[in-house]
Amino acid sequence: MFALNTKLKRRTLPGFRLSLGYTILYLSLIVLIPLSMLFIKASTLSFAQFWDIVSAPRTMAAYRLSFGTALISASINAVFGFLVAWVLARYSFPGKRIIDALVDFPFALPTAVAGIALTSIYSPNGWVGQYLAQIGIKAAYTPLGIVIALTFIGLPFVVRTIEPVLQDLDPEIEEAAACLGANRWLTFSKVIFPILLPSLLTGFTLSFARAVGEYGSVIFIAGNMPGKTEIAPLLIITKLEQYDYQGAAAIAVVMLLVSLLILIATNFLQWISAKRIGMS
Amino acid sequence: MSIEVKNLTKIFGNFKAIDNINLKVETGELVALLGPSGSGKTTLLRIIAGLETADEGNILFSGEDARERKTKDRNVGFVFQHYALFRHMTVFDNIAFGLRVKPKKIRPSEDHIGRRVRELLKLVQLEWVEKRYPWQLSGGQRQRIALARALAVEPKVLLLDEPFGSLDAQVRKELRQWLRRFHDDLHITSLFVTHDQEEALEVADKIVVMNSGKIEQIGTPEEVYHKPASVFVLNFLGNVNLFHSRTEAATISSKAAKLYVRPHQLGVSRLPVDGNSVKVVLTFINPAGSSVKMDAKSSDGNVFQVEISQEEYKALKLIKNDEVFLTPKNITYSEYEI
Repeated sequence: MFALNTKLKRRTLPGFRLSLGYTILYLSLIVLIPLSMLFIKASTLSFAQFWDIVSAPRTMAAYRLSFGTALISASINAVFGFLVAWVLARYSFPGKRIIDALVDFPFALPTAVAGIALTSIYSPNGWVGQYLAQIGIKAAYTPLGIVIALTFIGLPFVVRTIEPVLQDLDPEIEEAAACLGANRWLTFSKVIFPILLPSLLTGFTLSFARAVGEYGSVIFIAGNMPGKTEIAPLLIITKLEQYDYQGAAAIAVVMLLVSLLILIATNFLQWISAKRIGMS
Repeated sequence: MSIEVKNLTKIFGNFKAIDNINLKVETGELVALLGPSGSGKTTLLRIIAGLETADEGNILFSGEDARERKTKDRNVGFVFQHYALFRHMTVFDNIAFGLRVKPKKIRPSEDHIGRRVRELLKLVQLEWVEKRYPWQLSGGQRQRIALARALAVEPKVLLLDEPFGSLDAQVRKELRQWLRRFHDDLHITSLFVTHDQEEALEVADKIVVMNSGKIEQIGTPEEVYHKPASVFVLNFLGNVNLFHSRTEAATISSKAAKLYVRPHQLGVSRLPVDGNSVKVVLTFINPAGSSVKMDAKSSDGNVFQVEISQEEYKALKLIKNDEVFLTPKNITYSEYEI
């Protein structure tokens, strides 16, 4: 998506240096300096201390939970967000505008409110939770509950990145495929899907990044049992509350690095698939 | 394969895009559907391809009812105005697409597909672009690739929707002649939509002139140009001048008449020739070209377009603002008011 803007070869408006300088300054103040403080804080630990903190069973469990549930929920969103975007972009039906507005709801709603609402619905005596309990599924206070909350939070990212691309998709290419003898499945899998793949990956990445860092909605539904349903951001807060700033920074640094690696990997995939369709 | 269109009607909302059309395209013919935008020509093409469904009427392929056949089973090649190439596939993969999506039982081997693709690339004279992506090609090249892709599955009918509509004038002309030669070699039943009369006249065996959902005339280029069946056809196929005249026609004497005369059918002289001669002032002269084109205006405000040969122009020594007489030499079309 952003790659589109980098190919401006001729500029009519002046001010490249000024705007670049501003961008670097702004990013430094808002992003780079706070993040580097994190590394500086963590570097006051010796490596052995650092390793002890991040490899403790409780920390490892929190990492696994945070990244695992974030990956699962981003994958769920990739599939179902795709469907929602498809419906919104392709069909018109009464109430479409309302549904369209609903998609943005997780963006606007305070996450704590979302967490409380989801907990009350999915808790064993809640609207949905009581039926789930009857078939032996416990949603709230389990990793499943965390996945539900993260899926809720991440949905608009996938929908809003795919929808414009779907809307721009020329219906003629589908007709061309049909004229060449392709059935619907082949038309979708060989013609439409490869064109949507870069934006689907972008949506997945955004949804995943949001889920990894999510705190507000999860802590209500998770139950927060150390080693079982305690997410990494909560562990960081716990350390902070105990004035263990170094420990918190150490855990945060690892989260940051893992997130960075995953983002680089998905961006690379996105770049490859976008290159093929002439977008980068 | 012949195509027969019977009593076809298509309605969008309260707009009749196609109004009870009957048409027969013989095997191997190259037919142009000519008309202004909104005349229903593209809709007709799309119904034949199965991309739209008709509200009434029938389409027959070689006498066989095609209504129940889906687009993918109709075996038609369709070329779109904006090419509709798959932008994430190379030129090779684009052309191979139709062969690769065939059911396993009848799908040719990759070897065979490769040979066929190269054969088609040779046919459209673009052998060297095999590994490129569509966005790396020019408009004319893309359209030729689109044609190669459509031909890969050996369609029985080729349908082209304004195939040269988004190309610039030079490329249009080249591709037009190329399409003509190409059709002469392959003899595949072809139907192409255009709003450009010059294109239709130059390329087609037969022209179907359409206007607001109806067929105005079907005929050879010569017929529709020289013997138009209606004022609409007359106007659409070239410039025309209107004379209001008292005619001395043998059967109806002294009735008011409208005479339609093409620019090249007007004689220019310094003195009046007969009762139909009109005195005009030359307001514009364009001598660049194989003939000389002029605009003229009569005293009552009528504007005429005149086209004469370079020799005549030099012999008459015409200059701007000269007063001359225009006399119809032939009449393309006439209407009598009774």
